[in-house]
Amino acid sequence: MREKYTKKTFLLEIIGILLAIIFLIPFYFVIINSLKGFSEILLDAAAWPKELLFSNYAKVWDVLNFPKAFMNSLMITVFSIAGIVLISSMAAWKMVRTPGKLSSILFILFVSAMVIPFQAVMIPLMKLGGMLGLMNSIPGIVLMYFGFGVPLSLFLFHGFVKTIPLEIEESAKVDGCTQFGVFWRIVFPLLKPITVTVIILNTLWIWNDYLLPLLVLQDAELRTIPLATSSFFAQYTKQWDMGLAGLVLGIAPVIVFFLFLQKHIIKGIAAGSIK
Amino acid sequence: MMKTDVGMKNTSETARDTPKAQVRNRHVRMKKVLLYAAFVGPALLFFLTIQIAPFLMGVYYSFTSWNGVSSSIEWVGFDNYVKIFTSDEKFLNSFWFTTRFMLAAVVISNLIGFCFALLLNGPLKSKNVLRTVFFIPNVIGGLLLGFIWQFIFIKGFSSLGNMTGLSFFNQPWLGDEVTAFWGIVIVFAWQISGYMMVIYIAALQGMDRSLIEAAKIDGASPLQMLTNIIIPLILPAFTICFFLTISMAFKIFDLNISLTGGGPFNSTESVAINIYDEAFQNNRYGLGTAKSILFFIVVALFTTFQVMMTKKKEVES
Repeated sequence: MREKYTKKTFLLEIIGILLAIIFLIPFYFVIINSLKGFSEILLDAAAWPKELLFSNYAKVWDVLNFPKAFMNSLMITVFSIAGIVLISSMAAWKMVRTPGKLSSILFILFVSAMVIPFQAVMIPLMKLGGMLGLMNSIPGIVLMYFGFGVPLSLFLFHGFVKTIPLEIEESAKVDGCTQFGVFWRIVFPLLKPITVTVIILNTLWIWNDYLLPLLVLQDAELRTIPLATSSFFAQYTKQWDMGLAGLVLGIAPVIVFFLFLQKHIIKGIAAGSIK
Repeated sequence: MMKTDVGMKNTSETARDTPKAQVRNRHVRMKKVLLYAAFVGPALLFFLTIQIAPFLMGVYYSFTSWNGVSSSIEWVGFDNYVKIFTSDEKFLNSFWFTTRFMLAAVVISNLIGFCFALLLNGPLKSKNVLRTVFFIPNVIGGLLLGFIWQFIFIKGFSSLGNMTGLSFFNQPWLGDEVTAFWGIVIVFAWQISGYMMVIYIAALQGMDRSLIEAAKIDGASPLQMLTNIIIPLILPAFTICFFLTISMAFKIFDLNISLTGGGPFNSTESVAINIYDEAFQNNRYGLGTAKSILFFIVVALFTTFQVMMTKKKEVES
């Protein structure tokens, strides 16, 4: 099946590489200028820095309170995803294994909610969140992410559970396993491929989310990376030496995450969208 | 309903004899219900509280003069909706901007994504590296991307203009209506086309190779192959990609806020920003929810209409 490597392929290869370079130019600009002084940036943004100034980073690290913002983002992402995976895999499995009117109505309800834009929910949600004591707290925003994360995750788990043969579970039941035992020991490990997809899709969404944290987390102490970056930019408008160093810090964690897991991420994204 | 009744009769008939068995039957049913609730309940509870309840509250508030602060919420009927259509030019402008943006963004990002996919579906040696590169912008959130590109448009483009002398780079990027509009389209396409590429690649690799070989033998030109064989075969991927890009473009917020902030002169203010401002800056929650309900209706119509259209095409081909 392998096609031959012809002159034409070589030409295409060159085009591809050129396109990739164009794609990466913004990163080049941001990184080299984050290492320059302010006047040097204004002089010529494309030139290589005369000397590498790491002092921008040292300053921004403190102004952004980067370790704090990083930990906030990390905690929110990890706990939200743990909860989303748990509740939606359990629900999806039970719904597939209990066919009937109730399960199909619930499934349609979950799936059709995916067209509701966040904007159509956010205003009353702030009132409701205040009544339930979810505002301005990390556990509060985590519980909100549970609610927003369920539909897509449940939909993905639901599709996957249908492909698992029933026999495996039945033999476990005969052996005297309880329902929870069957789910945890037999089913959940089998769900691993789709669990990876669910984790990746939700990580990219929650880690980068801006609007919900903006509405829920008012304390400076609770800021996530996107929140810290935007308030930092509001404070230092057009001070590009500081701003760019802040941006590099802000995008570094997610880029590292991606480069380490890129195979899984690209596969997971494709799998998640096609279902 | 009928079916379950019959089923129940059958099971109870076999075990009717002793009252003990009846109790046990009820016990088993009870346990089934409880187990169902234990597994499905948590997901349903969070989903209903966080999404459905606020949504329904929003429908109610859209008929009130709620301002978020005062405890008295007055019923005003369709006043908010009438106001939106008759005297809120800013909102209608934001709808118009969002629609134009969506059309441009959907076409361009799918075109680029599909071309990348065709390119990387060949036997290129560097295809894994290229795929990674094209996908990278997608993992960065819209907010940070907007800030990055603000710098590129303002400083980067002007130095590229000095280097190359191309007038494309020497325009007042983000400074006037036209460049601000295309600025957002460019950044959106830069972010999303790698994502679309991944979906198109998966579809291309799932194609039945024998059809392509057969067409090759029949002497089909590359263009004929593309329009008559490849595109019809991967139509489902187009459905998905258009669905995703339409809903992402229509709901644009983060990228818009950080890149142009809706400016210049509100010319690039998306509907999402307009709703946010109405509620949380002007404190007109009633009006804000009315706008958000309209927004929901339009998003729902757009996406279902589009899915229906492409699904119909899929059936035809």
